[in-house]
Formats: sequence, C-alpha cells, structure tokens
Amino acid sequence: MQDNISRSSYKQLEQKSKYTNLFLRWFLYFVLILFASYFIFPLYVMVVTSLKTMEEIRQGTLLTWPSTLNFESWAIAWGGRGYGAGDTFLRPYFWNSIKMVVPAVFFSTFIGAMTGYVLTKWRFKGDQWVFLFLLFGCFIPFQAILLPMARTLGVLGISNSILGLVVVHTVYGIPFTTLFFRNYYVSVPTELVKAARIDGAGFFKIFFKILLPISAPIIVVTVIWQFTQIWNDFLFGSTFSFGEAAPIQVALNNMVLSSTSVKEYNVDMASAIIAGIPTLIVYVLAGKYFIRGLTSGAVKG
Amino acid sequence: MKTLKIEDLSKNFGTTEVLKKINLDIDEGNFLVLLGPSGCGKSTLLNIIAGLETINEGNVYIDDYNVSKVEPKDRNIAMVFQSYALYPSMNVKENMIFGLKQAKTSKEKIEEQLKKVSSFLKVDELLNRKPSQLSGGQRQRVAIGRALVREPRIFLFDEPLSNLDAKLRVEMRREIKKLHQTLKTTVVYVTHDQTEAMSLGTRIAIMNHGVIQQNDTPEIIYNKPSNTFVADFIGSPSMNLIKGYIKKEAEQLYFVGDDSGNSIKIPINNYSFDKKLELNSKEVYLGIRPEHIYYKKNNESDFEINLKADLSEYIGHEQIITFNYSNQEVLAKFPSTTKIEINKEMNLYFDLTQISLFDKNSQERI
Repeated sequence: MQDNISRSSYKQLEQKSKYTNLFLRWFLYFVLILFASYFIFPLYVMVVTSLKTMEEIRQGTLLTWPSTLNFESWAIAWGGRGYGAGDTFLRPYFWNSIKMVVPAVFFSTFIGAMTGYVLTKWRFKGDQWVFLFLLFGCFIPFQAILLPMARTLGVLGISNSILGLVVVHTVYGIPFTTLFFRNYYVSVPTELVKAARIDGAGFFKIFFKILLPISAPIIVVTVIWQFTQIWNDFLFGSTFSFGEAAPIQVALNNMVLSSTSVKEYNVDMASAIIAGIPTLIVYVLAGKYFIRGLTSGAVKG
Repeated sequence: MKTLKIEDLSKNFGTTEVLKKINLDIDEGNFLVLLGPSGCGKSTLLNIIAGLETINEGNVYIDDYNVSKVEPKDRNIAMVFQSYALYPSMNVKENMIFGLKQAKTSKEKIEEQLKKVSSFLKVDELLNRKPSQLSGGQRQRVAIGRALVREPRIFLFDEPLSNLDAKLRVEMRREIKKLHQTLKTTVVYVTHDQTEAMSLGTRIAIMNHGVIQQNDTPEIIYNKPSNTFVADFIGSPSMNLIKGYIKKEAEQLYFVGDDSGNSIKIPINNYSFDKKLELNSKEVYLGIRPEHIYYKKNNESDFEINLKADLSEYIGHEQIITFNYSNQEVLAKFPSTTKIEINKEMNLYFDLTQISLFDKNSQERI
C-alpha cells in the first residue's frame, strides 16, 4: 500500500519535471533567437540597403528585399564614380589602413611579448612599479593625450603620416599587449628559464626558442585585439591625419558626411560594410583561438 | 680537493635572512641530500650552487675554483627540476641535446652522447615525442637524461620526485640510487622527504631556518642526532623527547621525569657524554626512538620499566602504542601481531644503548 502511493507520486513528479524542462528549453531558444535577431537586424538592413538602387530605397521600407541584386553601390564605394575633384572613395584609404595596421600590430605585439617576458622571467627591483605604470596606460582616456601627442609627432616630423599613426598605435597598444603577455607568462614555470640558463641559452635565445613557440594562443588574442582596436580607431586617425594620409574610418566619415546633394544610402552602407570586413575576417579565422586564449590561463609544459 | 665547497655563505631576500653563514663541502662521488622543512633555505642553497641566485656574502668553489661569479652554464653542473622543466615546444631529442648544441659540441659527439644516454635511461623510443605526450615518469627520465648528456661534475636535483605518485616515486628513487651507483658522479639533492633522504644520501645535511643543523651520514643522523630539531625531524613517528633532569645517587646517574618520587628512575651510567658538564640536577630531554622500546627483553642491558598503555594506533604492519611516563606521552612501535591491552600497565624494555640526551636550554646533544 505504502509502496504504491510513493510509486505513483514519483510518476507524477517525473511527468511534471519533464514538462517543466521542455518548457524551459523552448523558452531558452526563444530568448536566444530574440537576442540573435536583435544583433543581426542592423547588419541585415545594411546589406539589403547596399544592394538596392536609390529608387527602391525611397519607395520600399527598410526591410524589403531588393528586387535585383545591384552591386553598383559597392563599386562606387570602393572605386569612385570616375570624375575628378571631390570624388571620395575607399580604395586608397583601405590600403592606408593596411599599411598602418600591419606594422602597428606587429610592433605592439612584439614589444608587449618582450616586456611581459622581462616582467615575469627576469624580475628586477621595482618591476612591479613598472608594470603598474604600464597598467595606467590602459586606463588613460585617449582624448587626454591628443595635444601632447600631436606636439610630439610634430617635433619628430611625422605628423599627418602613416608612420606617425603607426607610432601612436604602437605606443598605446603596449600597455594592453604587455598585460596580456605578462599574465600568460606568469603561468609558465620559471624553472623552464632556469633550465635553459643552465643549458647555456641567453636572454634572447630563451625568448625566441622556448617561450615564443608556446605563446601561440596569447599571440592570437593580442593580434585580434590590436587589429580591431587599430582598424576601428577613428579618434587618432582623424586627429593626426587628413587628406591623403587618412585611414579608412576617417575616409568613411568624410564620404558619408561630405555628400553635397542627395544622401546615397546604398553607397554609404556598402562603404560601412567594406570598412568592417577585415575585422570580421580576422574574427572568423582566429575567433576560436580568441576564446581559447582568453579562457585558458595555464598552459602546462 | 673538494668537489664542492661552500664557505660562509649568506643570502637575504630584502630583510629576510634565508641562509646564514653556511659552510659545507662534499668529496668526489658523494650523494649529499639537503633535507629540511619548507622555507628552510635548501632550494635557495641549491640555486646558489647552480648560479641561478646571487650571493650576498661568502663563496662557492667547484674543484677548488671560486665559481661565485661564473655563469650557470660554465659551472660544469646539470640540474633536474621538480616540474621537470622540459621545453614544451621541443621533442625529447631536442630537449636532451639543447645544452650540447648551445655549447657548440660537434655533431658526432652529440649523436654519440644522445645514443649512450637514451639507451641507458631506456628513452630511445620516445625521442620524437613532445613532452606533453609523456607520462610523469617518462618526463622525469628525460629530464635526468638532459642532465646526463652534459656529463657534469655535479648533479643538482631539486625535489625531483615530488610531482610523482607514491608508487612511481619509490621506483624512481631506486633508479636514481642505481644511477649514482653506476656513474659515481657527485650529487646534491634537495628534498623534504626523510625517507628519500635516508635511502639516497651518503651524507645528509639537515637545515632549518637557514642554518645547517647536522651534516653527517644517514646512520649517525639517525642514531646520534646533534640536537632536538634533528631528533624530532628524522624518524616516523619521531623520537620521544622526555622532559626531566639528571639525578646523582650513590655515584650512579639517573634520569627522572619529575620530583614527585613516583617517576621511575632510568639509569644512564653507560651513556657516553659528548661534553664534560656538571650533570647533577641538570634539566635535560631523554630521547628514545619508538622502535627502541621493546615488549620483551632483547639485550642484557635493556632496562625494564612498567608503564600504562593509553592509546593504540593500528597501521597495518605495525602498531603505535602511546604510554604514560610521569604524565608525558611515550610512543612505542610494535609488530601488529602483539596483543596489547589498553589502559593497563605492562612491562617494557628500553634499549639504553640507543638513547640520546639533550640539554634543555641549548637543545644540543650532551
């Protein structure tokens, strides 16, 4: 008797929890889809608008699908309309940005790796102060250093040049890259360095032969971070460069704001997408390392 | 000529004194174990011998040459670390020959050394593997191999077995012992494990608070500890240190636990004192190891004493019984086959040839 009661009530409980679980699962999917569409919506609008003609944009709504796939606005955004003065298009500035991003990312990552290596494996008196001051660099609002930096670039004779922007981005990248590499190298056993010293390897040999080969995850993280920061930067670009030497984000701004007659939404949207594509590519190619590198603190030997 | 000699060595980290005027030397072919609790400075001392730490005062000599300012790679030493410290990006072979390559050894010589050492340590089949693909024991072998190929004057081991599980640790301990027997290279070995120290060392230096407490053969360390720290540190369970004082009665020397008169007098006439001292009513510790208290008479000189058993701890092959001697705990170790009744008095036999006496104030052996 006793047995029967408990058995049937277990059955009821089982049924109940089954329904609850089912409901929670569907609710979870619903919320996820909601958020996902919220994020994907602007991109959708951008892509469709860029593929429409101006005619269609004026007549249809934001969400309507284009009647024909029209890539003309992309061509205009990239290569211009072909007439002389006042024609702004992205191609030269895209290359400007590449010429700025590649060396800036390389140098800031490399210097950060070096600094992180010294701060963890070649400790010296007061090294924690050096690290603290470097950390301050992460928290300085960049607006605060615009004037002194402009003066510095002027004195060095590299204002309004790609080189100037490379220097600025390298300098302001170092606090972050150092932080990344320091925290990564802290978890690498110092005994590795000791063993290498006994084996006769010096400062640089230990760095290049022993630490750098195991740094792939953190290098990926740093490169993605720096690439995104520098590629998307508008403040430094617009302050320290103009005209020919401007990076793509500045050119994009000029393009969109300088249209004198009609606002060409399709060209604007195409330009914005072009300006964003390289970052997307970097994320897609290295994204899984990004998550892995951020979450894995310790890499055991 | 001493293979290694350390002279008046002091080291501090900021205001903390880690090593205080250490003097130590080793003859060729010896296996010296630096033993002590954590934070006693033993690893720092090893790092200083290797040249990985700087010295504040004093000198280190290898083969009578002052190496205090010589780079680690030029000291003719090799070191094995607790975490093995194998280079993760290199395979076993590259790991083992990295040092030789740095020293610009000829290709033939490298191949020859590698072949010799890898077959000796039975790692030939692992040469192309990465450290991450090896088990703990294999990693340890490779780490030892990396030290061996350099053919150093002195091997330095920094707690090499602490990361292994209990079974593997015993195996590797035997391997290291065999290795030393075959190669007869001088070894300095740091550990906090007394079994490791006793079984491996030809000499043991026990350290505490940056000072060497005793430096001698394992037998002497075990039988004649030079102070209460060493007596307490070595042995499991450690030596009984019974508080009391010396009493002289009719030209006979006795040890008694207290004044009450109930305390049983233990004759210590045959004890060979290290120092000439005024002995009567001197406050001392009587040290006797649990394994030197018997439940039946073994030798003619054994002293019969009647004590009450308070507690019994069964640990498999033996049992540890706690007795009460003038309100102090005295531990004894018997085979677990003996039947002991708790809360009852029984006859015990103290092996008086094995006792130690320590001055209560200085804690030194007398």
